[in-house]
Amino acid sequence: MDLENQARIKDLTDKYGKEDLIVVLGGAEAEASGLAAETVATGDPTFAGPLSGVSLGLKAYHMFELKNDVDADIYEAQIGMMEMVLNVEEIIEEVKTYRK
Amino acid sequence: MLKGKKVAILGDRDGIPGPAIEECVKSGGADVVFSTTECFV
Amino acid sequence: MNYPVVKGAGYALIQANGMLIHHGTTQTSERRKNAEESEHLQKLPKHLRSFEDAVKYPPNQAYIGNITPDDLKNISRPWYENQIDDASRDGKYGEIMPEDEFLGLMKIVDIFDLVVLEEKFQAGVKAKLADHPILAGINKFDNMDKNSSTFDEIQKMVEGHLAVPLYFEGKLVGAVKKAHEFDEALSAHVMFENLVSKASAAYALKLLLAKTGLNTEEVDYIIECSEEACGDMNQRGGGNFAKAIGEICGCINATGSDTRSFCAGPAHAFVEAAALVQSGIYKNVVVLAGGCTAKLGMNSKEHVKKGMPALEDMLGAFAIHIAENDGVNPVIRTDAVGRHRIGSGASPQAVITAIVTDPLDGIGYKITDVGRYSPEMQNPEITEPAGAGDVPQANYKMIAALAVKRGEIARDDMAKAVASFGMPGFAPTQGHIPSGVPFIGHGRDMILAGKIDRAMIIGKGSLFLGRLTNLFDGVSFLIEKNSGTVDAGFDKEIVRQMIGEAMSDFAKTFNAQ
Repeated sequence: MDLENQARIKDLTDKYGKEDLIVVLGGAEAEASGLAAETVATGDPTFAGPLSGVSLGLKAYHMFELKNDVDADIYEAQIGMMEMVLNVEEIIEEVKTYRK
Repeated sequence: MLKGKKVAILGDRDGIPGPAIEECVKSGGADVVFSTTECFV
Repeated sequence: MNYPVVKGAGYALIQANGMLIHHGTTQTSERRKNAEESEHLQKLPKHLRSFEDAVKYPPNQAYIGNITPDDLKNISRPWYENQIDDASRDGKYGEIMPEDEFLGLMKIVDIFDLVVLEEKFQAGVKAKLADHPILAGINKFDNMDKNSSTFDEIQKMVEGHLAVPLYFEGKLVGAVKKAHEFDEALSAHVMFENLVSKASAAYALKLLLAKTGLNTEEVDYIIECSEEACGDMNQRGGGNFAKAIGEICGCINATGSDTRSFCAGPAHAFVEAAALVQSGIYKNVVVLAGGCTAKLGMNSKEHVKKGMPALEDMLGAFAIHIAENDGVNPVIRTDAVGRHRIGSGASPQAVITAIVTDPLDGIGYKITDVGRYSPEMQNPEITEPAGAGDVPQANYKMIAALAVKRGEIARDDMAKAVASFGMPGFAPTQGHIPSGVPFIGHGRDMILAGKIDRAMIIGKGSLFLGRLTNLFDGVSFLIEKNSGTVDAGFDKEIVRQMIGEAMSDFAKTFNAQ
């Protein structure tokens, strides 16, 4: 995950608290999405950025997981096609593991 | 689930870009506090 | 209508391990943060490959035209373990160059004595370049006889932050000096990046001229479309790479300019070139771009972690010739240019609609009427370990998914459609380099051989990285089989003759009455 973005997420967590703030991911692939979810939950596993060794405890969801929480027409227009392109189940399965 | 939540968006240029996620989560009642799109290529 | 044609293509790759280690931003960021303890910086050198391995690497052979993208489908992955043993650095469309020769070329194209090479190294490289079939006669070759330096002097300049270092096979062999005492736009780092871009683009142009027989004097206009900026502190992106590159290559009749739009830059440049030629303003336009040092080894952390070679060791460059309709070469359908509009929206389907189906709809074509699509042709072997997936494949799936949504194909036929209009990515992750352009040479050949009727070239750009807008960018154009007829247009002489004949006939009839 981009180092600048790690810093931004850290600042936002300080500002809003981990109960109110959630992270929504748009990753193309399971491993990278999982890595981002892990980074904001328990810290940067690659020890590259400001979240190295910082456990924010944030919950991250991939956009695919929030299908039923948003307007159906908007979802279809914005995301619908990507359900045919990306591996939805694999991505969701991976991202979920970091919320346990 | 999104109602009243603050949301930070990490979009992916080759997956779902930030602005597309933004449109969606706003419709679910979330307050977008940060939105970005990453690029690996 | 007289569409312009794609008359020729030149492609160059340069292996640059020294630049990967010392100038790739993944490495420079790591060095800034924790030079001493960085595990990555310690491990990376063991993952560098030899020049021979870079030449034998199948995607690189596809880039210079010795094998086709379709051939890659028959080579099992990982490609780095299934090399082409009898591969040559010389290719149908271009060449692969080792780093030492390229450092020499950087010195040749340097007009301001900024590139300093160590004496013995300079003499050795001069001898190599003097034997080079294409570069031996390049303008300013005599720079190779000038201002060499000693190792100690070079080291002193680098340590004093007066210059950035140039390495070959792990040894310090030269440096690029800053061009101004405190102007950051002329810093050693910026001058280094710009000289690499200039040298690699000049190399691609020389290859285009040599491989296609285009005469240097015939080039009217050059559009440079890399992602660097040259200028000074008063005009940081003042330009102009195009003329600087044309000058080195002897294009004395050309002028030119630079076009920018992140990775979509080349696609914009082709549309501009096509318009300039079709309008008759210029007859021969070359669109070209050199390589990008910052992106060398961009995903190398993941490659190292996964025990792979650091495959992002290649600088890429290209030069493509757009000319007046000759009745033979594939045309650019200027009536079918796709563009992501400011108001198009950022969702993937909005983007694909704007750049793929809108232009096709305009001329009554279906998605499946296009034989091949060339979106961002990034090599998946590089992007997959980094978590970006297979980029061309994802683009093909998006195009196929849109075809499903439009009812042009059945959902069950998506994979079949992808297999028919898609192909494996084979370009290095050099931003603007993979963006549609690598297939133009192959696509031109396939159309000329009657294998496909048309191909769509797609460039996409991440404008949001520049932090001025959240917008995305995308431009596409269609190249198509030439109908074989050249519209001669309005010939004044013939019209004058016809009027003359009519008047004379009229006079005869009048007199007879």
